[in-house]
Amino acid sequence: MSERTPVIEAAGLRIGYVLRNGKKKVVHSGLNLKLYAGEVTCLLGLNGAGKSTLLRTLGGFQQALSGEVLLQGKPLSAFSQAERSLAVGVVLTDRTHAGGITVYELVSLGRHPHTGFFGRLKKRDRDIITHSLQAAGISHKASGYVAELSDGERQKAMIAKALAQQCPIIILDEPTAFLDVTSRIGTMALLRRLAREQQKTILLSTHDIEAAIQMGDRLWLLEKERPLACGTPEDLILGGLFETFFHKDDIRFDPATGKLTATAPLTPIGLTGDPLTAHWAANALMRNGWRASSPDDTRIHVNCLGKRQIVITPPNRPPLCVNSIADLIATIETLNTKDDKRNHL
Amino acid sequence: MNRRICLLYTLLPAALVALLAGSVVYGAVSIPPESVLDILLGGEPQRASWRHIVLQSRLPQAFTAMFAGASLAVSGLLMQTLFLNPLAGPSILGISDGANLGVAVVMLCLGGSLSRLADLPVSGYPAIILAAFVGACAVLGLILYFSSKVKNNVMLLIIGLMIGYLASSVISILNFYASTDKVHAYVMWGLGNFSGVSLAQLPLFLLCSSGGLFLAVLLIKPLNALLLGELYAANLGVRIRRTRMTILLCTGILTAVTTAFCGPVSFIGLAVPHIARLLLGSSNHKALLPVTLLTGSCIALLCNILMVTPSMNTLLPLNAVTPLIGAPVVIYVIINRKNIHYFN
Repeated sequence: MSERTPVIEAAGLRIGYVLRNGKKKVVHSGLNLKLYAGEVTCLLGLNGAGKSTLLRTLGGFQQALSGEVLLQGKPLSAFSQAERSLAVGVVLTDRTHAGGITVYELVSLGRHPHTGFFGRLKKRDRDIITHSLQAAGISHKASGYVAELSDGERQKAMIAKALAQQCPIIILDEPTAFLDVTSRIGTMALLRRLAREQQKTILLSTHDIEAAIQMGDRLWLLEKERPLACGTPEDLILGGLFETFFHKDDIRFDPATGKLTATAPLTPIGLTGDPLTAHWAANALMRNGWRASSPDDTRIHVNCLGKRQIVITPPNRPPLCVNSIADLIATIETLNTKDDKRNHL
Repeated sequence: MNRRICLLYTLLPAALVALLAGSVVYGAVSIPPESVLDILLGGEPQRASWRHIVLQSRLPQAFTAMFAGASLAVSGLLMQTLFLNPLAGPSILGISDGANLGVAVVMLCLGGSLSRLADLPVSGYPAIILAAFVGACAVLGLILYFSSKVKNNVMLLIIGLMIGYLASSVISILNFYASTDKVHAYVMWGLGNFSGVSLAQLPLFLLCSSGGLFLAVLLIKPLNALLLGELYAANLGVRIRRTRMTILLCTGILTAVTTAFCGPVSFIGLAVPHIARLLLGSSNHKALLPVTLLTGSCIALLCNILMVTPSMNTLLPLNAVTPLIGAPVVIYVIINRKNIHYFN
């Protein structure tokens, strides 16, 4: 493994709040973390795990209760507010009141740490704003009002603002929370591209496990009273960490699909054949209480010959042929009830 | 710069000059315009009283209206941006009520014994002005104190409202125990007017008001950042605590000075920033602040002209006129808020 210098680093970090009476409310302690340039890191955790507190601490909005965050090797507490505004740019979920300014003006606010007392924009500033608008894919709306943007476009505009700020680190609090499914993927793809092309260090919190597994270079799993789990999504899944972090009541993480499912007693069923058909057959079977496994003489065997040709072979009985997933499920259900009756007799 | 801004930067000053001229020429006493011009140029008018009316009454009144309108409008804009609440205004924080209370104490408690104050350097009108200033600054001090305790702007706004109610309550009690003529005098002051500033007091008023307006112009950059909310602004390098204090101080000065000299003037602080944003089509303070300032001056001068009742020899109360312009604007804005960009 190559030795790279982390952009943000912390060891034994304790985060939380100082209450009015001077007591400390610890949200999480003993956090060890590292963030690297050119990577998108997704912070996952259930509500109350302390995601927002961690992001606020790393963004410099609140101080760590103990331990030190090192930003490019320098303690975060040693940064002045002006220096911090040049190091970390944020995109938050807060409602803004910027509807009455244009997208260009919104993005130009990102130049604030760089401009003088009256915020006058020089040619260099205007060039950077134009580039940021292009990089975020929102330049076609530059002269439109922020109020006229869709949620996805608004998120792009805020990302463009963070780009115009020219910070090496961008922290985003649930950037995909209010977006529809295409804007969600679009935003994640944009962030990945920015991390790659501009060598930005990007940290975002999200509840979207699937998108995080798909698009995140590195994941942080956060839960109360547990050390932060860091790693590539695949290593974390193969290491069984997802199952332990997202196991709650009847919900469990399925490492085979990378999805959260409501647990039901799953009976194994043999599944073979055309990969695409088999994949969706497995999806339908899972919903109905079956887990796709390797064929076995003692269980039902489903062989997908094609999209419209599925052969079901119950143990010790002649095979049946169906031509849709709906028929497959219906047939399996009837076989199952017959089996149940026979067992009762 | 876009065309709308250029147009407004031409039209508003032109309107301001026209309204200023109108305020000097047109009044309860009919004086021919050429005589007014003559008087302004230092000539001798047909009647000696006209000279007094134009120079001692109309001229200071017009300038008072111009600066009071600008001050109230700008302080309204500052409040609306600071609290990210389009319905905030200078009277919301209780600063106006503090000024009212100061005036009430002087007029209702000491009113009869003003002669006893004659030994002091201030008495009569100056005493009222000083009391309003002290009252406004006392509430401002309280608000500044609470703003360091309460981080949430909406909560601070509610505290401001409560302080306003407390002040009103004390005023009611004072009214209850005061004699009828004092209550009448206080009610008359409460109607508001631009004619309370004499030519001698005018420089002081203009100085205080311009000072506040100048301070507001220095706040343009952080005000724009605050449109994104305090966290974003902090991330853009704005020192939130210091900026909040400066904005509150600036609003305090503008409101206190205006209320002290003109009485509580309603609706200009609340409605003018909306008129300015609708005219400009932008909430970028770089253009919005100057436009608000100019619009405030124009609206106040317009009210000043509308106060004149041609048939009678007196003026309508100012606060009878301002809601005629202000209230429809606020209602329009609320009804159309879904289509107005700066609300979304």
